[in-house]
Amino acid sequence: MNIYVLLKRTFDTEEKIVVSDGRIEDESAEYIINPYDEYAVEEAIKQRDEHGGEVTVVTVGDEESEKQLRTALAMGADKAVLINTEDDVEDGDQYTTAKILESFFEDKEADLILAGNVAIDEASGQVGPRLAESLGINYVTTITALEIDGESANIDKDVEGDVEKIETALPVLVTCQQGLNEPRYPSLPGIMKAKKKPLEELEIDDLDLDEDDVEAKTETIDIFLPPEKEAGKVLEGEIDDQVKELISLLKNDAKVL
Amino acid sequence: MSKLLVIGEARDGELRNVTFEAVAAAKKIDTDAEVVGVLCGGDDLNGPAQEVIYYGADRVVTVKHNLLEAYTSEGYSQAVLAVIDDEAPDGVIMGHTAIGKDLTPKLAAKLETGLISDATDIEHDGDKAVFIRPIYSGKAFEKKVISSGLTFATIRPNNIPALDRDDSRTGEVTAKDVDVKDIHTVIKDVIRKASEGVDLSEANVIIAGGRGVKSADGFKPLYELADVLGGAVGASRGACDAEYCDYSLQIGQTGKVVTPDLYIAVGISGAIQHLAGMSNSKVIVAINKDPEANIFNVADYGIVGDIFEVIPKLTEEFKQVV
Repeated sequence: MNIYVLLKRTFDTEEKIVVSDGRIEDESAEYIINPYDEYAVEEAIKQRDEHGGEVTVVTVGDEESEKQLRTALAMGADKAVLINTEDDVEDGDQYTTAKILESFFEDKEADLILAGNVAIDEASGQVGPRLAESLGINYVTTITALEIDGESANIDKDVEGDVEKIETALPVLVTCQQGLNEPRYPSLPGIMKAKKKPLEELEIDDLDLDEDDVEAKTETIDIFLPPEKEAGKVLEGEIDDQVKELISLLKNDAKVL
Repeated sequence: MSKLLVIGEARDGELRNVTFEAVAAAKKIDTDAEVVGVLCGGDDLNGPAQEVIYYGADRVVTVKHNLLEAYTSEGYSQAVLAVIDDEAPDGVIMGHTAIGKDLTPKLAAKLETGLISDATDIEHDGDKAVFIRPIYSGKAFEKKVISSGLTFATIRPNNIPALDRDDSRTGEVTAKDVDVKDIHTVIKDVIRKASEGVDLSEANVIIAGGRGVKSADGFKPLYELADVLGGAVGASRGACDAEYCDYSLQIGQTGKVVTPDLYIAVGISGAIQHLAGMSNSKVIVAINKDPEANIFNVADYGIVGDIFEVIPKLTEEFKQVV
């Protein structure tokens, strides 16, 4: 099976966020594989081990993303592709990324494409379904189980807590939800092997695209931090009195009752 | 005058409140806009269509087809694209729900447009609508505009208030025939796990339990409190991992993102991943026996104490006032 994973390098949102001049300060930040994309990598490896074939991990990003791609290779992916947009795309959006991936996938004959259901940084969840639509293949978002049998795929889809049992046909793009699997940690031999695995670097020119083809349709005009929350009030006294005081505060001060 | 389409959404035969909020969002984008509701389904849609008009839409287009009985991206996109083709709107608004998240990127790709997902507010810069949306797990916000093409956005439930219902409003309801076909993803079964009643993402009040609740039984007092307040019960990842409750209740970075008016965190320590899912709630109450718990740093009000003592007392007291 020809399996692909869409992987994004993301800011670790456990980090403190600093904004200056309407931009996130990211110089000293920690970066990780988007956590939902880790489920995608894990699932891709499991499906390959069961059905054979090859797992290729694809990132649209800059050369810093090589680290996250190597991690995916260390987990067990076979090949990595970095589509480096550093010199060509200044302010891309989801349209941009999907367009680039569409060109990349045009001649790939993928059987299965896996992605995270959302990236924790920009949290739009658009690129997967956009790509599937452009490629004219089926897609199922927020999956929690995947079973492939020949050309058909049986999928559990999380729908706000309910589970839909879905049957569809390959090729299919799925976006992964928590609960699908437990992503493995790269092993030491895995890390050693990953250094020798192929990592191809492309630019949009190699995909016969130029800047205008992928120009964003949306623009971020400002980034700001939410207003600092005032310190909360921890109540004191007997529990009975605290309970009464809390209800009075909710009713009269916060006015939420 | 601009024309804005609002794609409505029903759950168990009832329109979701976010549909009415999306109508209000459309009015917020352009007060003078003609707002056209779009409803898809397998049953008669006239009743729901009237509701959308009562909440501010000028008219509604319905698409009824047996293949639209359950949502599939393929079925709904055919129906909605046919309506978009007829109406040539300036903008399209929908709720950022499971269906909204699944459908709108497909439509955006098909229409080759931008899409601003998960907006929590709308402002204006001259004539231009500016969408405000949380990023980095709610730790920051961005202001985003559409730079070319259709104004297309999804809105997070429970953030933009619906307009007041006015059943004296009237508007045209037209049925559109769409030949829905070629559905390749088939829903064979639906297993209901989400609790009956109030949906977490749309609940005004959420009582969430963490590891401090100690057992599945320990959640019972939380359900009783939720019943009294007309709210929903949620959980931290810790409580789900410990199998006190189903993952469908999980609130956090992985799990649901909620913004209720009142969030009561019970026995939740307040890990950063949990805060990502609830820190934008309007009022947060924390109840925890550990006075050092991080949850107290984001709470508006805190009670340090034994949750099994505090919660039943709260439930009794709330009964007096609501």
